[in-house]
Amino acid sequence: MSDALTVNDLTCNFDVSAPWLNRVIERKPKQFVRAVDDISFTVPMGGCLSLVGESGCGKSTVARLVTGLYRASEGEVRFAPGKDGEQLSAQMIFQDPYASLNPRWRVRNIIAEPLRELKLRNTEAEIMERVGELLTIVGLAPSDGSKFPHEFSGGQRQRISIARALAGEPEFLVCDEPTSALDVSVQAQILNLMRKLQDEMGLTYLFISHDMSVVRHMSDRIAVMYLGRIVEEADTETLFANPRHPYTQLLLETIPDITHPKRGRSIAASEVPSPLNPPSGCTFHPRCPLADQRCKSERPAMRSFADGSRAACHRVEETVKAVKAA
Amino acid sequence: MTEHVSSAVLDVRGLCVEFPGRHGTVQALSDVSLTIRPGEILGVVGESGAGKSMTGLAVQGLLEPPGRISGGEVWLGGRRIDQLDDKAMQQVRGRQIGAIFQDPLTSLNPLFTVGAQLVETIRLHLKLSKADAKARAIQLLKEVGIPAPEARYDHYPHQFSGGMRQRVVIALALAAEPKLIIADEPTTALDVSIQAQITSLLRRLCDDHGTAVMLVTHDMGVIAETADRVAVMYAGRLVEIGPVAEVIKNARHPYTRGLMGSIPALGRRVERLNQIDGSMPRLNAIPTGCAFNPRCTDAGPRCRKERPEPVPVGTGVSACWLNAGGVL
Repeated sequence: MSDALTVNDLTCNFDVSAPWLNRVIERKPKQFVRAVDDISFTVPMGGCLSLVGESGCGKSTVARLVTGLYRASEGEVRFAPGKDGEQLSAQMIFQDPYASLNPRWRVRNIIAEPLRELKLRNTEAEIMERVGELLTIVGLAPSDGSKFPHEFSGGQRQRISIARALAGEPEFLVCDEPTSALDVSVQAQILNLMRKLQDEMGLTYLFISHDMSVVRHMSDRIAVMYLGRIVEEADTETLFANPRHPYTQLLLETIPDITHPKRGRSIAASEVPSPLNPPSGCTFHPRCPLADQRCKSERPAMRSFADGSRAACHRVEETVKAVKAA
Repeated sequence: MTEHVSSAVLDVRGLCVEFPGRHGTVQALSDVSLTIRPGEILGVVGESGAGKSMTGLAVQGLLEPPGRISGGEVWLGGRRIDQLDDKAMQQVRGRQIGAIFQDPLTSLNPLFTVGAQLVETIRLHLKLSKADAKARAIQLLKEVGIPAPEARYDHYPHQFSGGMRQRVVIALALAAEPKLIIADEPTTALDVSIQAQITSLLRRLCDDHGTAVMLVTHDMGVIAETADRVAVMYAGRLVEIGPVAEVIKNARHPYTRGLMGSIPALGRRVERLNQIDGSMPRLNAIPTGCAFNPRCTDAGPRCRKERPEPVPVGTGVSACWLNAGGVL
């Protein structure tokens, strides 16, 4: 299977310096946050790669870099050629269906905007016919087009966002936490719809979420991010069965599970360090139960394993070496 | 009913809350009854707008006017509190009921150090000298797991991270050793690894002090790992109450079953999630009979006409005609 999206050594720095006058008076240097730090991944055609991690780990920044909403400081984002020989067309579904729809536009105009902008239909009648089709695809009625966004519930609004994203006839969809603002029963409706669309239209997804159970349901492959870096990447089943990186293990350990509740566990108090001043070496070392001197000084390199997964951890590497030597 | 005796810390009976408005009165809560015993965590779960936060607010007497309690009784430790005036209610809040809200940044005053806020709360409710109050504040910070509490005492809220702020809020709620803590979505604003720390802290404090906790959340996972019993709400009504494990494995109400089925499981992968079609009705347009009937796959003619009363089923209570004489 060829790759729909290739991301190589992508880095994104944000300037968070104090204003110029303050810097001069207080003699402060310029300050940067490295939101995304040298990450590489590929998404196979028709597949779904998920990025997971806690808030501030840079997953949404990656989504915005991929869709070109932010400019990368270094590295490249390359889409494979699509059906028409040009680059694959990508669209994005945003997290908050309350903020991402213009409250003053009727739904039919919201959905028609990409059609008009990209000149995908010629006459107004054709545009309105397509809008009706799109509304039906996402499970709404064509007559809903004449309503305003406030007349819809959160789940219905997210359906409108999906219809708008589909209007541009994309082959690649970037979904940034599409269900985190929704209730679970509505979340199930939206996830089912997204799976159905993927099967019917052969879409490729880059899926961003902090919810491990949602990610497990949606994706073929998962990349775990921590402070701007990918620490582990593996096929979904491999990652859940055999998490290698201590951070992935911590994440899986802390997710509440309704069928097998982990009651009475004790969790060490630890928090994500500030990305302004990340720890040296492996950025996870202050929270890692396995960390040693080497983890504090040397940044671990990404290492591939026989089962197709990758992890960046000194201790995992050492364990593998020890097993080989034995 | 003044001689009311009950082992429960909180006893809510038939609570109704209404909001009069220009377009008629909206029934926000309708006939909600629940009890919480000492040392017990009762989870209250439901989708947005189901009335779970409203229940917590009504118990604390914090309904925004024109909202008002239009029926039912609230008993706290053997004393009826729903008819108390504002001044008496202020004595109850903080002293007997501690509150933890969703957003730890907005529940702390950014202009005062956390130490000053703790001492203020402690001295308001307990007769302690300044020095004793400070000692107690530091003791509380230590108890909720804040490292270096002596140094942190003089810090401002913005110097704490989200998880640490929520710990400070919990310390504030505990300040006067209340009998009941109402925690409204205490972990929703936090990351999962921090969420696990906060829920295990709540569990431990509840066990150590014998405090009763009402844990309001939309996250069934949090309930499964923290609560003893769970109350499921839908459209301002209670649909089911029971022990957590029982409700998860063996739900009696079709809504609860649908809700459990729609949560993506961690253990196995399914092709398609079980979904409940449609959405919760608006509170001014609740269907007659059972509020869930338009979305229910098992609904019969009776569900559309008569409202089911909560009846004991097994170890819990469920409000569904399936458990009370059939849907026909």
